[in-house]
Amino acid sequence: MTAPVTPTLLYLENVTVSFDGFRALNALSLVIDHAEMRAIIGPNGAGKTTMMDVITGKTQPNEGTALFEGTHDLTALDETAIAELGIGRKFQTPTVFEMHTVEDNLLLALKNKRGPLATLFSRQANQERERIDALLERVRLTAQRHRRAGELSHGQKQWLEIGMLLAQEPKLLLIDEPAAGMTDQETADTADLLRDIAKSKAVIVVEHDMTFVRDLGVKVTCLHEGSVLAEGSLDAVSANERVVEVYLGR
Amino acid sequence: MIVLRKFLRAFLLLLGMASAALAGPYEEALPRFTSDSYADTDAAIGAVAASGNPLAVDVIEALRDGRLLVGSGQVFIRRASGDLINAATGQAWGNPAGELKPVRLNNRVRRAIEAALGSLTLLNPDAAKRLEAARAVFRSRDEAALPALEKAIAQESHVPVRNALETARAAILLSKQDAPPTQKLTAVQTLRDRSDQEALALLSNLPAHAPPEVVAAAGKAADGIRARLAFWQAFQNVWYGISLGSVLLLAAIGLAITFGTMSVINMAHGEMVMLGAYTTFMVQELIRSYFPGLFGASLLIALPLAFLVAGSVGVLLERTVIRFLYGRPLETLLATWGISLILQQGVRTIFGPTNREVGTPAWMSGALDVGAMSLTYNRIAIVVFAFSVFAILLLVLRYTSLGLYVRAVTQNRRMAGSMGIRTSRVDALAFGLGSGVAGIAGVALSQIDNVSPNLGQGYIIDSFMVVVFGGVGNLWGTLVGAMTLGIANKLLEPYAGAVLGKIALLIAIIVFIQRRPRGLFALKGRVVEA
Amino acid sequence: MRTQYLFDRQTVLVLSILAAAAILVPAMNGLVPPGSALHLSDHLVPLLGKYVCLALLALSVDLIWGFCGILSLGHGAFFALGGYAMGMYLMRQIGPRGAYADPILPDFMVFLNWKELPWFWHGFDWFPFAALMVLLVPGALALVFGWFAFRSRVTGVYFSIITQAMTFALMLAFFRNDMGLGGNNGLTDFKEVLGFPVQAGSTRVVLFVLSVLVLAGGYLLCRWVVGSTFGKVLVAVRDAESRTRFLGYRVEHYKLAVFTLSAMLAGVAGALYVPQVGIINPSEFAPANSIEVVIWVAVGGRGTLAGAILGALLVNAGKTWFTAALPEFWLFALGGLFVFVTLFMPRGILGAAGDLWERSSRRLRTRRSPQPFTQAAE
Ligand SMILES: Nc1ncnc2c1ncn2[C@@H]1O[C@H](COP(=O)(O)OP(=O)(O)O)[C@@H](O)[C@H]1O
Ligand SMILES: [Mg+2]
Repeated sequence: MTAPVTPTLLYLENVTVSFDGFRALNALSLVIDHAEMRAIIGPNGAGKTTMMDVITGKTQPNEGTALFEGTHDLTALDETAIAELGIGRKFQTPTVFEMHTVEDNLLLALKNKRGPLATLFSRQANQERERIDALLERVRLTAQRHRRAGELSHGQKQWLEIGMLLAQEPKLLLIDEPAAGMTDQETADTADLLRDIAKSKAVIVVEHDMTFVRDLGVKVTCLHEGSVLAEGSLDAVSANERVVEVYLGR
Repeated sequence: MIVLRKFLRAFLLLLGMASAALAGPYEEALPRFTSDSYADTDAAIGAVAASGNPLAVDVIEALRDGRLLVGSGQVFIRRASGDLINAATGQAWGNPAGELKPVRLNNRVRRAIEAALGSLTLLNPDAAKRLEAARAVFRSRDEAALPALEKAIAQESHVPVRNALETARAAILLSKQDAPPTQKLTAVQTLRDRSDQEALALLSNLPAHAPPEVVAAAGKAADGIRARLAFWQAFQNVWYGISLGSVLLLAAIGLAITFGTMSVINMAHGEMVMLGAYTTFMVQELIRSYFPGLFGASLLIALPLAFLVAGSVGVLLERTVIRFLYGRPLETLLATWGISLILQQGVRTIFGPTNREVGTPAWMSGALDVGAMSLTYNRIAIVVFAFSVFAILLLVLRYTSLGLYVRAVTQNRRMAGSMGIRTSRVDALAFGLGSGVAGIAGVALSQIDNVSPNLGQGYIIDSFMVVVFGGVGNLWGTLVGAMTLGIANKLLEPYAGAVLGKIALLIAIIVFIQRRPRGLFALKGRVVEA
Repeated sequence: MRTQYLFDRQTVLVLSILAAAAILVPAMNGLVPPGSALHLSDHLVPLLGKYVCLALLALSVDLIWGFCGILSLGHGAFFALGGYAMGMYLMRQIGPRGAYADPILPDFMVFLNWKELPWFWHGFDWFPFAALMVLLVPGALALVFGWFAFRSRVTGVYFSIITQAMTFALMLAFFRNDMGLGGNNGLTDFKEVLGFPVQAGSTRVVLFVLSVLVLAGGYLLCRWVVGSTFGKVLVAVRDAESRTRFLGYRVEHYKLAVFTLSAMLAGVAGALYVPQVGIINPSEFAPANSIEVVIWVAVGGRGTLAGAILGALLVNAGKTWFTAALPEFWLFALGGLFVFVTLFMPRGILGAAGDLWERSSRRLRTRRSPQPFTQAAE
């Protein structure tokens, strides 16, 4: 491996993913720093979710380098190993464990030993209980603690999933369309929450909603047809001719 | 058979009349059966056979079957009906005086019987009979038959019979101690041309008295035959494999459609095959009792009916059960298993638990000999049929609108739905199509398998293996899967035995699925993965 | 919190019923005089014992299917392997009392003209070894099979089908005489177990009580497993397998662990079954048997543990009744049951009862205790 040992947290270079000849990602390069928050925008089918699939080990790229903390080759690891490295992911459609209570969802996500033996003999410590209390508070689900996750509203599920992400204590959070299906108020609250999270962790947010992205107020990368079209502040990116062209139709 | 025998008897009667004398060799030979000595019996057989008496065949057959009885110096034939006939006169004999005992046999006598029957029929006007007789002489290797053989060969014009006669002569010459070496060498040559298992056995088991040059020639000839047989054996095995593969293809192809479109494991698929087989049975029953002349066409008539019967049961099943389990493949599996139990028991209740006889039309019996392998017509028919069904399905899926819809739904159900395809109707039709094809498979399988309520059970695991191995949603995959499994199975069999071969194959597939969980020719894409 | 889970209402109920059975059956058989209406005749004891073993088998299937979404259509194989291990012990116990009176070789080997004991028969004359094999043989098969399958992420119907192929292959293998396990006829004509005659009424009562105790133990074990965080991970895998992976759990290890545990439970069930029915033969591997177990679980209520026991007892009692009274209709009834349960009672008897219970109790309390009832999106 000749890739440079970079100080960056996440380093993607020349990543290409093709499905039966169709290139969902086309020589994509992206660098994320420690404790950086980045917003990714792009039209439907631009490859945003596929990029997350590559980072989290769900999809193997046909070509390219994906390094985490400069040393870990993400293309050689599976989902579990990558999660253990400290990359957490929230899916485009919220996926929580519907049959479990809100509390158990968080319990499962807590940063603990993950082996079968460890979980079989684990006993819940007070410390964990406090962590869960704090998390519930943070994602405003304290009142729902004992409800089954399947009974939550769409927005609440999104938040629960973010709470689970936090419980994992990852170094990098990948968040796919968090504002989808939320009311304006919820969207604004989510932006607040993410900004808060980004104080201590690196975050990549994929979002369509421009107000939301504006609320975040961070550097923006625009993907199109699997590669980076433009990068910079939201204003700079939205002023970019090609971005306008892509968004307003050809 | 009976007609033949009557004919033969009449023929021999004519022959006998020509040389009839009141106390001819036949009458003189008969008493020797009564002496209870194997040597006498042996001699009597030869004399009776040579006599040309019309009763000769009856006497020798009765002897073979233990129905030739002797008592108070006379010889009797007991008919199958139990009636007694005086062997000397052919008259019925009511009440024998004293005790009757069957003439005893030993192996030497049995061989003599075989040879005598052989030479007796060597001149039969029916070629099939002559062939049979020549084979009998070949097996008996009785030197006494040699003159009869020579005579028959001189007259014979039918090539297969002539070949058989010559091989028989060769076999006798080889084992005959005083035959000149040149004759023996020619015999080796003849046997080498015959080149089959029996010739090989003869050549590799020469009697001890064989001259060295003959032994050497025979050794070489045997090697040649071995090589040739091994060569053809490989083809024969591949053929068996293709034939098994066709059966698997027939059984699995309908499953590939239902599993492909709906990801539904239809455990009752085997029962659709069974329904097809029972439809064939019903059709044949009706034809037998009302239109016996149509029997040759019974399978052709059964095909569309089997398609309809199994297809409608399939549609019914889809509409009443499977439809409600959409998206719950494991539950579907259980429910269809229940249906399969019900169908099996239903058929068992109606038709009984035992095998039902499904006849083979005359045009499908017999075999085609290619080199040293023999291809039975019914297997050929099944192979041709399986490929035709495959081709038709391929065309249906490619060129009809149903096919288009089915393919669309297979690839992306939600998208197909939102484009206005009525997926639930497509499901029902696809299910009907898949089941109907299973029914057709049943017609074919009724020819090679027992038609019983359990018929389908035997195929279900194999069919799934084929579909899973070939990859879901792709008919070509099913074809390749069926043929691979069929041929692999038959190629393994000679080494591992049928059961171990099958086990090995199951294990291989289990391992294979783990390497390629979506099969050989899997569709790729997000939807399929989900 | 965990203890509360372990001794919830359901557990207490199940344990009390099992305890009652363990006391009442021997009493009704031994103490109540034969004339009385309450007397339990001798032939019913092993029949009940058989049901109890099948209930344990159902429990093992529920553990993986109900809580981890793994539908095994080959669990009968583990059951049969456990049974064969026990059968081998019982064969060796026959000693010189066989028909051919060979001190070492079982009758069928003498019949096949074998001169010495195959290697894998050694040690089975010693009960502790046989008992260990009852656990290890099914466990090892499950471990190897599961390791291949789960590692390559064979799931859903694919997994079901290959488990079915597995038991089918084993059935073919065990039918062979060369396998050295009695071929077609299997192992039978047992005389003694641990020195007690297997046919004796008292032995059968003891075997019944033992089976009930083991079932209770198995139930408690399963309860403990599903109540632990491990169990929560299992349910998470069942409902959203890939999400669980992204949380950093090695899903294949979890599946492997629970599959192996379940196979061992099935093996124990088979081992207890064999001395009570007096025979083990290859037909126990028949794929149809394994599917039937699944329907017991579905009838009782998948993912409830107690439901598996209930379903096994109900369906098997029904089977006994039907095959005596209306043998023609048993398969209709069983087939109909498959269809009915999947269509109209997807959560089984206990699931439906649980629904009713929840609905009525919701009016009283809004809070609800966590219960991993089923109805997962597959
Ligand atoms: N597994 C797959 N098979 C085939 N095509 C895929 C697969 N995954 C993604 N794609 C295609 O790749 C493209 C990018 O998809 P995606 O990353 O989901 O886009 P975005 O999230 O930006 O909307 C889309 O055209 C999608 O159809
Ligand atoms: Mg997306």
